[in-house]
Formats: sequence, C-alpha cells, structure tokens
Amino acid sequence: MVDPRISIIEDRLKRVRNIIAVSSGKGGVGKSIIASTLALILARKGYKVGLFDLDFTSPSTHIILGVGRIYPEESEGIIPPEVHGLRYMSIVYYSHEHALPLRGAGISNVLIELLAVTKWNTLDFLIIDMPPGISDTTLDILRYVKRSGFLVVTTSSPLAFESVRKLIEVLSELKTPIIGVIENMKMKESQLIQQRTKEKGIKFWGDTPFDDHLEEIMGDANRLLETKFGKKLRELVEKNL
Amino acid sequence: MHEWALAEATITSASQIAEKEGLKEVTEVTLKIGELQQIELEIFEFALSQIRSSRLRNAKFVIETAKAEFGCRVCGCRWGFPKKELDEEERESIHFVPEVAHAYIKCPKCGSPDFDILQGRGVWIESIRGVK
Repeated sequence: MVDPRISIIEDRLKRVRNIIAVSSGKGGVGKSIIASTLALILARKGYKVGLFDLDFTSPSTHIILGVGRIYPEESEGIIPPEVHGLRYMSIVYYSHEHALPLRGAGISNVLIELLAVTKWNTLDFLIIDMPPGISDTTLDILRYVKRSGFLVVTTSSPLAFESVRKLIEVLSELKTPIIGVIENMKMKESQLIQQRTKEKGIKFWGDTPFDDHLEEIMGDANRLLETKFGKKLRELVEKNL
Repeated sequence: MHEWALAEATITSASQIAEKEGLKEVTEVTLKIGELQQIELEIFEFALSQIRSSRLRNAKFVIETAKAEFGCRVCGCRWGFPKKELDEEERESIHFVPEVAHAYIKCPKCGSPDFDILQGRGVWIESIRGVK
C-alpha cells in the first residue's frame, strides 16, 4: 500500500526559493514570535513570504499576528490566505479555538496532509514555525522538506542552550544546513551563547532583547515591528540573511 | 483532503509506481479511501479524469471506502464516525485534516480525547495493474 500524498509534497514546494525552519530544542524561547516577525520583516522588504505554523498542538502565530476568522480558499487544493502581506497557513483554520491533543502518528499525518494540500505558489521565503524539540514534526520536516535551513532560537539560559545543543547535534549529523542561532530575550551582557555557538562552527546571528512591551501588542503586526525587539530582529536579518 | 489535491496525489503516485514496475500502460488502479476523508466521489472522479497522465489514460479506477473506527486509549472502547453528531463546520474540518477529529470527537464511554484513528483516514493505492 502506498500513501499518495507524499508524492506531491516536493511539487508543492518547487516554486519556494528558500525555506527557513525556526526551531529550538526548548519551548518558551520565543520561536513563534521570531518566526512571525521574521516573516513580516521579509514581506515589508518586498519579498513574497509564506508563514506556516507547524506547532499543531500549541499554535500561536495566529494570535501574534491577529489573524482573526479567515479561511483558505479552495482551488484544486488549499490556497493560504494573505495576512499582513504574508501567505499564512495554520491548523487553526480547521481546529478553530479547540484543543487538539495529538500523538506522534497523528502529528505526522497532519503534517503530510498540510504539506500535500497547500499550494504556496511562488515564494521567496517560506518561514516555518516549528514546535519545540526533536520529535515527530522536526524529524518529518527533515524527511519530507529536505531543502529546509534551520534558524535555531535559544535564550541566554545555559539550560535552554543545552537543549539547543542537542538539536544542533541531530541537525549536523543529518547534514541539515543551520543558517544561524539567535539568542532571544537577552537581559544582561554575556558572551556565553555566542561563544558556545561559534565553538560549534555555527553562525551566531546576534541577540534580541527581552521586551516587556511585547505582550501588550500581541495581535498588532505593525506595532510588533516597531518594538525594541522588532527593530533589533530587523537589524539581525539585514546583517545575516 | 481536498478532492483535487487527492486526485493529483493519486495520479502522481500511480505514475511513479507504474514507472518503477515497468508498466507501459496502467489498466486498473484500486484505491482505498477512508470514511473520514468524506470525499465527494463525483468531484474526485472528475478531477481524476482531468489530470490523468498518458500512462494512465485508459485506467479504470476502483474506489473502495474504508469505514472509520476509533479506539480509546483510556478505556478501550471502539466506535465509528459519529457524523450526525457533528455540525457542518466540524465535518468540513475533518474532511480537510482528519486528525482534527481529536478536537471535536471524544470517547463515547469515558469522554477522553486520547483515542486512535484505527482505520478510515487517508487514501491508499492498494494495487495497480497494467501492461508491461
């Protein structure tokens, strides 16, 4: 028996020039806000950008961007609707406000289904908001979307970096490109993460500050770009990408 | 999954298998479609007819539906697709991504959302016949 969905995944992504998976070994380090803001920054620069939320059990980019109740268009597949200049795809179109408890096989099935059905068309960048860790979604993205480059997010905490180190180890073993590491929510001066990243032979993009105004502007994409965090991330993108 | 995307995946996959098996022409493709996909057969068959590749131009598609069955991980209860208990939006969501059943369906015996979809999701090519 053959699962036909897998045969069209490559075709669905063939007009996407760059795929960036924003990932971390640890939860709560700010992957979703970095993925959302990175996508907005690139879109404002005039690139054609897609944002794909693959955190099926805890999606949050729709809240960060204030997506509201919109639905994809159906036309020989699913066309992601445009939100703030981004083509945006998330499981929330189908799970709505409900909890979606999934085990590994279910997660893999959702991923394959969405990869097979979503028609991204031509994109300069597809930004993927990954769930934390190195389990099903990460392994499936490595298997089915081989062109992905990983942008790894950590905080200044050695505990967070320890999980990130393991993610980097897996990605390196699989010869997956790691385009850089961002140290997010930085509160005080320290070179520790930068040093450890460089020791691994990986590009350190820089740090983004802890910004206590972020919670107040959740759902407002324009104000997000004007925060201390948004401006610093823009600098990092201009310097490194 | 959307009927057109499904048809496209079926044709692409069947063509790849035919090539691998060295079939010059495919005469019959047997497909199994899970009940949760809630495929509109008329649209699916039309889509198949519109996008079939040259190797599959005369192929007959035999489409079988697999009934859905859920199995609770907590109490072991087994049950079928409670289609009538769901509203249109919920059924439509399950049609596109069957796993979102976990958002709308609970075990009828113990109320747990921790269940397996034992069968009735997805689409599978069961067999392909053709001329070498």
